[in-house]
Amino acid sequence: MLGLDPWNQGDALHRRIGVIPQDFRFFEKITPKEAIEYYRTLFHTHVDPVDLLRKVELSDKLNARYDTLSGGQKQKLGLALALTNDPEICFLDEPTTGLDPHARRAIWEVIRALKKEGRTVFLTTHYLEEAELLADRVAIIHNGRIIAAGSPLEIIQEHGQPARMTVEGSPALAAYLRMNLGSAAVEEDGKVSVTLRDKGDALKILTAIEESGLPWTSFTTTHDTLEDVFVRLVGQMDEGALKSEGAKP
Amino acid sequence: MKLSHVGADFRIVARTYFRNPVALFFTLFFPIILIGMFGLIFSTVGSGTVTLEVVNEDHNPNGVGYTNVSVAFLDALNKTSVITVQLVSVSPQNFSTYLGQNDQTAGLVIPSGFQNDYLHHTPVNLTVYTNPEAAAAEGTVLGAVGGVANGFNLKAACNGGSCAPVIGFTSLNVGSQVYKYIDYLIPGLIGFAILTSPMFSMVDIASSYRKDGIFRELSLTPLTRSEWLTSRVLWYVMMTFVTAAIMIGTGVFLFNAHVTLTLGLVPFLIVGPFFFVSLGMLAGSVAKTPESAALIGNVITFPMMFLSGTFFQVSSMPPGLQEFAHILPLYYIIDGMNQVMLFTNISRAAFDLVVILVGSIIVFLLAIRLFKWRDE
Repeated sequence: MLGLDPWNQGDALHRRIGVIPQDFRFFEKITPKEAIEYYRTLFHTHVDPVDLLRKVELSDKLNARYDTLSGGQKQKLGLALALTNDPEICFLDEPTTGLDPHARRAIWEVIRALKKEGRTVFLTTHYLEEAELLADRVAIIHNGRIIAAGSPLEIIQEHGQPARMTVEGSPALAAYLRMNLGSAAVEEDGKVSVTLRDKGDALKILTAIEESGLPWTSFTTTHDTLEDVFVRLVGQMDEGALKSEGAKP
Repeated sequence: MKLSHVGADFRIVARTYFRNPVALFFTLFFPIILIGMFGLIFSTVGSGTVTLEVVNEDHNPNGVGYTNVSVAFLDALNKTSVITVQLVSVSPQNFSTYLGQNDQTAGLVIPSGFQNDYLHHTPVNLTVYTNPEAAAAEGTVLGAVGGVANGFNLKAACNGGSCAPVIGFTSLNVGSQVYKYIDYLIPGLIGFAILTSPMFSMVDIASSYRKDGIFRELSLTPLTRSEWLTSRVLWYVMMTFVTAAIMIGTGVFLFNAHVTLTLGLVPFLIVGPFFFVSLGMLAGSVAKTPESAALIGNVITFPMMFLSGTFFQVSSMPPGLQEFAHILPLYYIIDGMNQVMLFTNISRAAFDLVVILVGSIIVFLLAIRLFKWRDE
């Protein structure tokens, strides 16, 4: 990493990377400002604690003790400390786990800012929405193995199901669409769902619905998210594993 | 090792400490409470009999054994039941110093020719060493020696028809202070603080920092384990100086304790915390869980807390326990402080210091070796 051997040149490497471990903890009676001053001395840098805390949106807690900070504020301090040495690569291990949506979004903003500064950010997360929103490249790891990798869009396109348009309508509407469009329209619980094969399909389907003269309301289009892909991929792998277990004599 | 790293970590320790009211209480008020409590309980305690160290110069003419009269005189002193005679082989010139260094308040020198002079009704002078500050012991010794001498004088008067007293005595002060319980209590309780404060804290820190991931966090910085441990040692050395000052001040002002404030005390106030910070870290590092760390810490700490001369002098313990005390590191720290603060026996203090210094270096290196920032 960065031309250094992590096992034998760990000290040199630590000076060029920033890490916020999962469930970051710090000295309870120490303030964010003091914590950054401490790290600044250890790393021999000249970072201004106020600037750094402003960057992670924690400047209002400059002199608050660690044990009075909320979960999100503690994670922000962890981020600030990981940035004290102006790292080229940041490793953020589940930095938003357990945080409320507001705190999570605040951390996302910091990560976006890091990206803009040209730093490489390694983010591990169980929130696929987070990965989809923030990452340029995603690797889905299951049982210690990468089972899919690429940009979020590439992974969804490769492993996800096609987009669908859904309207509220009757089985007769589904039958009409199947007959007139030749597409796989399905009715279930009063919802008619049609697969979208390309961009023009949506207009064609809506026109056909209107022409049918049958009653319908509220249409939506949906497509697989990274989370859908994750659930499907992992489910398939676990199913495959179970089958191969069962096949054993 | 970078001093800037040690200094940065030292500031973190100090801030953590000063923002913890319980820690502050234990540093500032606990020493006063300890000295006050034990001082009040034991300051009035006196022993039932006084040990009288005796140099008997009155040997038989053939050089074997002591003369009958001198033996009879000492027997008579023993029979007073307030005196316990203990013969020692020390030259009369060094006797006063010997008494001071061996924590004895009373001594008697029977001169050569005592029997001969007594039998020939020639006045002979005994030398009695006492200390006016140990008023009760002084009164007991002077009273007993005077009473037995009078008895012998009366016997001599009956035998020889002369009524002039034959045996007289000169009373001298012993060569050093008389020590009260409070005098021993101060070095003892400084030793107690040197033991307990770093041991309990470091055992707790070693296990809780590991459990809470603080060590893992520090492992991501350039701070080394030896720098981290050194800053802890420095902190507890500073705390020990504060505690010692409070204890000495309290003892002197409240109980009129006698202590010699000498630079000789300084090495013990440095090496003592050095040893126990390292030992606490070692104990905390080998333990797998905070519970087992606390157990190991207690097993190490409690025997030392009571058997190293903290509350009770080692010399007053049964022989078996005295031998056991000699394998306890705290014994050497307290004994060394006793030697420099009370007896001014520098050679023995130096020996104690060497023992604890060598031990400290070994334990520090072991602690550094076994303590890991993170579990492998």
